[in-house]
Amino acid sequence: MSTSPPDFSGHDNDRTGQTRPSGRARLPDTTDPWLALRAHTSARIGLGRVGNAMRTLSFLELRTAHALARDAVHHPLDVEALRRRTEATGAGTPVHVTSRAGDRSTYLSRPDLGRLPGDLTGIPREAADIGVVLCDGLSPGALERHGPPLLEALRQEMDQGLSWAQPVIATQARVALADHIGAWQRVTTTVVLIGERPGLSVPESLGIYVTHCPRPGRSDAERNCVSNIHPPEGLGYARAARITAAVVRRARALGKSGVHLKDTTRDPHQVERD
Amino acid sequence: MTTYHQQVAGTTYTFHGLVEVLAKAGPRRSGDELAGCAAQSDAERAAALWVLADVPLDRFLEEPVVPYDSDDVTRLILDRHDRQAFATLSALTVGGLRDWLLSTAAAPDAADLLSRVSRGLTPEMVAAVSKTMRNQDLVAVARATQVTSAFRTTIGTPGTLATRLQPNHPTDDPRGIAAATVDGLLLGCGDAVIGVNPATDSPQAAADLLHLLDDVRQRYAIPTQSCVLSHVTTTIELMERGAPVDLVFQSIAGTQGANESFGITLPMLFEADEAARAMSRGTVGDNVMYLETGQGSALSAAAHLGTDGRPVDQQTLEARAYGLARELAPFLVNTVVGFIGPEYLRDGRQIIRAGLEDHFCGRLLALPMGVDICYTNHAEADHDDTDTLLLLLGAAGCAFVITVPGADDVMLGYQSLSFHDVLTARQVLGLAPAPEFAAWLTSTGLADRTGRLLPADPATGPFHPLMNA
Repeated sequence: MSTSPPDFSGHDNDRTGQTRPSGRARLPDTTDPWLALRAHTSARIGLGRVGNAMRTLSFLELRTAHALARDAVHHPLDVEALRRRTEATGAGTPVHVTSRAGDRSTYLSRPDLGRLPGDLTGIPREAADIGVVLCDGLSPGALERHGPPLLEALRQEMDQGLSWAQPVIATQARVALADHIGAWQRVTTTVVLIGERPGLSVPESLGIYVTHCPRPGRSDAERNCVSNIHPPEGLGYARAARITAAVVRRARALGKSGVHLKDTTRDPHQVERD
Repeated sequence: MTTYHQQVAGTTYTFHGLVEVLAKAGPRRSGDELAGCAAQSDAERAAALWVLADVPLDRFLEEPVVPYDSDDVTRLILDRHDRQAFATLSALTVGGLRDWLLSTAAAPDAADLLSRVSRGLTPEMVAAVSKTMRNQDLVAVARATQVTSAFRTTIGTPGTLATRLQPNHPTDDPRGIAAATVDGLLLGCGDAVIGVNPATDSPQAAADLLHLLDDVRQRYAIPTQSCVLSHVTTTIELMERGAPVDLVFQSIAGTQGANESFGITLPMLFEADEAARAMSRGTVGDNVMYLETGQGSALSAAAHLGTDGRPVDQQTLEARAYGLARELAPFLVNTVVGFIGPEYLRDGRQIIRAGLEDHFCGRLLALPMGVDICYTNHAEADHDDTDTLLLLLGAAGCAFVITVPGADDVMLGYQSLSFHDVLTARQVLGLAPAPEFAAWLTSTGLADRTGRLLPADPATGPFHPLMNA
């Protein structure tokens, strides 16, 4: 192939449809043929090119999104701030435990250690109905941002009359760590709030896992998951709490959680913004 | 089981059986550390490599890495081993095979010689010899092989680098998928397949997508094939319903247990292959299977234990998946090399090495081998690493790679290659798209006679009607 000269082929727009010939934002360019198409997908379409390469603008946008996603993974959880905000919801004073993964690098390369508890003896053994475990997971920022308001919504939605164990904050934690915590606490249902793997478009998203009768050795098929909680774009707190409360209710009635429990409250095409 | 001893710098290292030798001889890899089978030190790794280089090739036929009685992949590999093709190599050790491969790769009739012994090699032999090779060796030998497959385009012709156009969408919105498809076509991608990972495994949703992609293909007379990457059982059902299925997709792995965790059996795969061939939708060939693999899949399914209950290293198990793949004569096979996460491949260095190993092993086993050159946000990798691997694999003659708009897959949440990345690799390395597709690009005015892509506008170009649908 011969070398081609720089080619701007009518694509001098960023993904928001703003023309930026000198780096200054202008009014949307309605002549951009990709503008209408971008309404249908968040994919990075119609980027144009310089020769065969991405334009500087597209490259910088991609680099920045990757930087934010990486920072989301490596951002250390501010345990004290989370403790205060959790307490403020009226859920009680959280106890902090760690997994056996001593640092972030170990956590990422040894998921088995992230599933095993360090010292649990600081957690009271209260034999309550519901135990809540707030896990940093792969996005501690998601837990900091969405954890307390989601917990508040959960406490409002859950059946009155259920007893709650003291909340636990777990760091360098994978979902199965909560099985050990729940068994130690002697709770009948564990609700895990955990930071999900960051994507480029959504670095801070939270997931909920419900495990009935938690104990070491439970498989993922014995849990129910509500994912993509990150208002305003993703699932909102109130709706996520309603779905979770229904799952907990049915798991407690059936005596087990997992794949045989279908979420009947959720219309996949409707994402509430709250 | 044979016990092996090797001294390095005054310390004697002992290895129990081929499983342990293979695992400890491999380059450092987080997945093998996770499985507990990696060498404890670089000196132990060097000792294991000395041992491995001395292992006679026929020992791999006598001592299966995963037991014959309990694993159908082992049975398939050994039952279909071609003794006649093996005859030339039967007196060699692993180290001897490395020397033979490198000298053969430099010979004028390399492609012919390598294809003649392919059926005599088992995946375990190929994995073993790859552990004795540097990245450069993996590139040189792979490049010397020639493997083609065909459906509506021909994949693997020397001097070509084909692409899967992956227009994924978080909710399978047909307009979003169509827009991403047009974006890729305008940038010269989509000659290996236009393949969507559906957001659900609903047969109806998959059928709708198949019709959408097939309509686009027919409307613009694009010489390519489409695929919706549903589970093989869903695709069999769709074929029975008369949906326009070009290729049958399935993820496969190197042990029976891992395949069971994917919900598949070997007869299921052979049945699907037969059903898709019977539809006779190909024009230049009848290879119909599209298979994806990846190091670490067996370990993540806890189905990675071999002889004597010892953990088998992830790269040897990956090569065994290719042993299964070649029995299906697939149109496309690719490893998804950086997708599984840092617990299996920690960083760019490990991802690059694994990508080169996978491509090498697939090519020696005569597969039309492609690679999804990719990374996740929690691995220590970025686009500099994918650039490096793309240029290395381009030099190695890799059949095809995966491309997504702007390198960002908005459904699977990982980064693969952008359409631009492939344009650059094709230009720098002097590679072209698949021949049938290259001719179409020129005839539609998307490329000039030299193959150079011309500026294209979706509003006025050939896809104008689709864009205003």
